[in-house]
Amino acid sequence: MTLLEVQRRMARAIMQPLTGADRIAPRTDARYVKPNDRLSPRERLEIYSRSYWFRVLDSLYDDFPGLRAVLGQRTFHQLSRAYLADCPSRSFTLRNLGSRLADWLELHPKYAGKRHAVAIEMVRLEWAHIEAFDNAADKVLGPEDLLELGANFRAGLQPHVRLLELQHPVDDLRIQVNRASDERGAVSNAALKQKHRAVTGRVRQLKPRQIFLAVHRRNDMVYYRRIEADEYRLLGALRDGRPIGGAIRYAFENSPASTNEQRSKLETWFAAWAELGWLCPPKEKEVKR
Amino acid sequence: MPANRFNAFTDYGIGIGLRIPHYQHILDNKPVVDWFEIISENYMVDGGRPLATLDMILERYKVVQHGVSMYFGSAEPLNKDHLRRLKALVKRTKTPWLSDHLCWGSVDGTYSHDLLPMPYTFEAAEITARKVRAARDFLEVPIAVENVSSYAEFHMSEMTEWEFLNEVVERADCGILLDVNNIYVSSRNHGFNPYEYLNSVPVERVAQLHIAGHSNFQKYVLDTHDHPVIDPVWKMYEQAIRRIGPTATLLEWDDRIPSFDEVHAEALKAEKYIHAPALVSL
Repeated sequence: MTLLEVQRRMARAIMQPLTGADRIAPRTDARYVKPNDRLSPRERLEIYSRSYWFRVLDSLYDDFPGLRAVLGQRTFHQLSRAYLADCPSRSFTLRNLGSRLADWLELHPKYAGKRHAVAIEMVRLEWAHIEAFDNAADKVLGPEDLLELGANFRAGLQPHVRLLELQHPVDDLRIQVNRASDERGAVSNAALKQKHRAVTGRVRQLKPRQIFLAVHRRNDMVYYRRIEADEYRLLGALRDGRPIGGAIRYAFENSPASTNEQRSKLETWFAAWAELGWLCPPKEKEVKR
Repeated sequence: MPANRFNAFTDYGIGIGLRIPHYQHILDNKPVVDWFEIISENYMVDGGRPLATLDMILERYKVVQHGVSMYFGSAEPLNKDHLRRLKALVKRTKTPWLSDHLCWGSVDGTYSHDLLPMPYTFEAAEITARKVRAARDFLEVPIAVENVSSYAEFHMSEMTEWEFLNEVVERADCGILLDVNNIYVSSRNHGFNPYEYLNSVPVERVAQLHIAGHSNFQKYVLDTHDHPVIDPVWKMYEQAIRRIGPTATLLEWDDRIPSFDEVHAEALKAEKYIHAPALVSL
């Protein structure tokens, strides 16, 4: 057997789903592994298999607390096992383990049941949170760079600013989950249960409402900033490399705002973006004519 | 004076792993620590708090990089994105050497995020050594490979683990990060004499030592890094120092992490041994 062959066989064995009792499947082929006086070949592989599954399940558990709140622990656990069986890690870092979860959940609604729509939006928010946390921060375009904007001026959006259009205000829910998590250890069990019930109740009461969100980083902290629909469109157009004149026309093409209102909005937005450091020089590959 | 050409940092002394629960304590109190070992992958990102914190640590402390997912022993080629990011981090930290494990963990582009055991074959030794050389040439920094704890052995193996380690480092002409606790754990799981392993290691290639705690289960010993170092491992550490000479030493404590002071105090127990008289003069 070659190195590649034994590695393929062992990877298949340890990455296959565990049984309900967290054991390796009874018919796992382990003939290439030596037994010792205490463990059979399959038991030796089981040490690695359990370690693999606990590690990746823990990683997903830590990265998606909002999804856990939406689904409840048991459903979240079932979803995690199914997702990881279909989408094992393709990256050297566990940071990227949830990168395919939103797309996967779109195709597998049964794992979220009635809360499918909210669950998908929470996943999108939490993935944006991960990206905002450690994506790059390029050189900031400051107020002095934005003094004289011609129609052909181009600006890029910082890689750590992620834009989301959502049909549910899941940002509020995620913030509440964070607070409950921060307070763990600082409050009694009874108070903790009360907070858990409050979060669960909030999930049930969550009503559809369209929001536009910028998930961004400032001073190494991640924030969720609600933005207007036109602002969302303009930022998206700049991110995609449009020159500023075309981006503004695109942002306001169906807007009821008057020309004066548009001017006022633009002044407000650009001032805020300059202060938050959201704009940066455009990336060459993103430049569109 | 360096004890050997892979051990040019004998004055590094005793370090500990840089871990998130200790960040604030370190930044606030600026404790005296010889050096910190970082897990490279935790900082191979493009921005944000991980790198900001690392930069603050680098202002005051010596940092050495230790990786967990280069997977020199995987049959597939090195991951170019991984190498590119690792090189950027090497430039940032100016790590004097870099270590990763003598193991595999990925196949056909799928990652286990574990340190999986090698079959000890000549084919595996050649593939592994070739990848170590390629990584060193790209990263332009000395590389030391670490022996892992293991829980399985393969029928196809053609040599012992220590023979395999020697085979790889000779072919790759690289250093060794000798994990004394890992030798102990594997010796318990596979029933070999840990001193036979220890005494077979080519001392002229040892760049660094690791010590750690582990957990005993009914049928096997698990390398959990969540306990103090046990006496038999300290004895092995003393023997390692006597053979190799003073060597940069690092205590690993990665789970159920106690206070910074407790971890540091555990690491400093190595002071009792680190200047033990050498058995071998090089």
